Amino acid sequence: MAQMNMIDAIRSAHDVVMAKDPNVVVLGEDVGYFGGVFRCTDGLQRKYGEHRVLDAPIAEGGIIAAAIGMGVNGLRPVAEIQFADYIYPGFDQVASELARLRYRTCGDYFSPVTIRTPCGGGIRGGQTHSQSPEGIFTHVSGITTVMPSNPYDAKGLLISAIESDDPVVFFEPKRIYNGPFDGDPNKPAVPWTTHPKGEVPEDYFTVPLGIADIVKPGSELTIITYGTLVHVAQAAARLTGVDAEIIDVRTLAPLDVSTLADSVCKTGRCLIAHEATRFSGFGAELAATVQENCFYSLEAPIERVAGWDTPYPHAFEWQYFPGQKRIAAGIRKVMEAQ
Amino acid sequence: MMEQRAYDLFMQNLVKGTSHLALGQEAVAAGFGEAMRSDDYTFCTYRGHNHTLVRGASMTGILGELMGRECGLLNGKGGSMHLMSVEHGAMGSYAIIGAHMPIAAGAAWSAQYRESGQVAVCFFGDGTTNIGAFHESLNFAAVWSLPVVYVCENNLYMEYTPIGDVTAVKNPGADRASAYGLEPILIDGNDVDLVYATAQAAIAKARDGGGPSLLEVQTYRHGGHSRADPGKYRPDEEVKAWLARDPIPAYRKQLLAAGVSDSTLDTIDQEVSDRVDAAEATARSSSPPPLDIADTDLWADGTSTWRT
Ligand SMILES: Cc1ncc(C[n+]2csc(CCOP(=O)(O)OP(=O)(O)O)c2C)c(N)n1
Ligand SMILES: [Mg+2]
Repeated sequence: MAQMNMIDAIRSAHDVVMAKDPNVVVLGEDVGYFGGVFRCTDGLQRKYGEHRVLDAPIAEGGIIAAAIGMGVNGLRPVAEIQFADYIYPGFDQVASELARLRYRTCGDYFSPVTIRTPCGGGIRGGQTHSQSPEGIFTHVSGITTVMPSNPYDAKGLLISAIESDDPVVFFEPKRIYNGPFDGDPNKPAVPWTTHPKGEVPEDYFTVPLGIADIVKPGSELTIITYGTLVHVAQAAARLTGVDAEIIDVRTLAPLDVSTLADSVCKTGRCLIAHEATRFSGFGAELAATVQENCFYSLEAPIERVAGWDTPYPHAFEWQYFPGQKRIAAGIRKVMEAQ
Repeated sequence: MMEQRAYDLFMQNLVKGTSHLALGQEAVAAGFGEAMRSDDYTFCTYRGHNHTLVRGASMTGILGELMGRECGLLNGKGGSMHLMSVEHGAMGSYAIIGAHMPIAAGAAWSAQYRESGQVAVCFFGDGTTNIGAFHESLNFAAVWSLPVVYVCENNLYMEYTPIGDVTAVKNPGADRASAYGLEPILIDGNDVDLVYATAQAAIAKARDGGGPSLLEVQTYRHGGHSRADPGKYRPDEEVKAWLARDPIPAYRKQLLAAGVSDSTLDTIDQEVSDRVDAAEATARSSSPPPLDIADTDLWADGTSTWRT
């Protein structure tokens, strides 16, 4: 085992699959010579050569489309989009082409593209460098949508994603690249060495797609969340003293319905938290799923805590971000409801 | 000077988040700002402090916006990458590569339709010439003969990758002009008089119904791409050579040679420095914006409902 932050873990995932499978190639803006804006591909071009790690021009539509074309001919491309906020010029290729290739060709061919992209706020990125667009992708049938919350899962899930024959959009919450974050920006940053999931095998291993993780078992309430808020929710639950069961969804689509449903049927209460805007956010799908599966066990309305339904305002980052206080208030509300 | 101060404020942790300075590229914004009519439109990028300032937006408003204060141009909602001042024709800093280019074409189209005589000037980098929006915009501009001037500030790098590594032609702007029936124009972007003269000609042509231009101006950013970037991927020799061509001292030399006295220039420098001091002091003393503006201006009625 080695100590890794999320960046190291993601780089290591690339490294082990590239060593194992010569068909894995990496492309994106600044990923080669420079090693990526967040350094997630650092050293790969030196190790595997310019023909396997390609510096692309600024052209997200082109990058994703080229990856699709590589993929239909046997390669396993991993495309980096520098920030999730830049993915929209390539969204057409994801929604209209990548997601549908297998269906449209009646299974004759497919393209196993993985698109990695950093998402989320908490780094003062303002309106165009803080977004969490995962719900836009889960809405497209055929796209596996993943968001890890720690280095161990990041490596294991990314290897699974690259090896999957389905296209994957892999969101990396950039606020927790370097350490877990409990939602309090005034506390000194904490490195991943303080967290058990900062210990990551150096070799090949996988974390399966489509399986949620019960981060903390509990009996009074279920908190369903993912990404940075997995850590914030734990801190918020401690603040309230409520014995919460906290579930890290990890793979948003396809969704691990049974883990969520079993938990809420057991606790009878459910809070859903994500950073993305609330309206039509992925939390709406989670709430509907819980309601369909646990209606007769629910003792209180399902509560959602999410980003505001506005762009991410520069000066109000910590109000927009669903921090401990807002999640704790949500927990109390669900607990008090009769 | 304002940008240097922005950097200092950043180092004091008063500017939150990132910022992209155009130190070394000042001659481009300065030359164009001077050549534009006050009601012309500017569209620029996240590297747009200077482009916004030269249109007449207040320095206090700019520094205040960087610091997330109530006195900011956008009351702190936008930050460094999103400066704009519609009353000054500064139609926005766009942080998504290429996004503003077709928008500038649309603005020019509206000026043509309204017969307002306005011209849209759109600034972007060398790296931006590889995204589809660049090509779409130039075709729009050419087929509709729009009053728009596209200005490619070629500073040799996209973020961290040399532009030559990812571009099919040597001159990312000029070599593409012929594809849209435009004249290739390539100039030294550190020569402010030349920028001004070129800008004047292109803007006059656009205003007179002569259609769009695509200008490539060659320049260099002295620092890294953004505040977090020391710019180490660039060869020392290259950096040194361009630092020696800093447009500001070069222009001072030129003015001295033209007979302007040292003391006149010193007085101007002092005045500017005083203005920056004053703007900084006002921005520092401005309070953070009140929370209730956070959920305004999403919908036409001025509100944003559904807030959690
Ligand atoms: C659609 C999109 N892709 C990627 C980025 C990330 N990005 C920001 S600036 C930049 C480089 C732009 O280079 P250039 O056009 O030469 O402008 P410069 O920064 O040199 O002024 C990149 C890739 C972005 N903002 N938008
Ligand atoms: Mg550039």
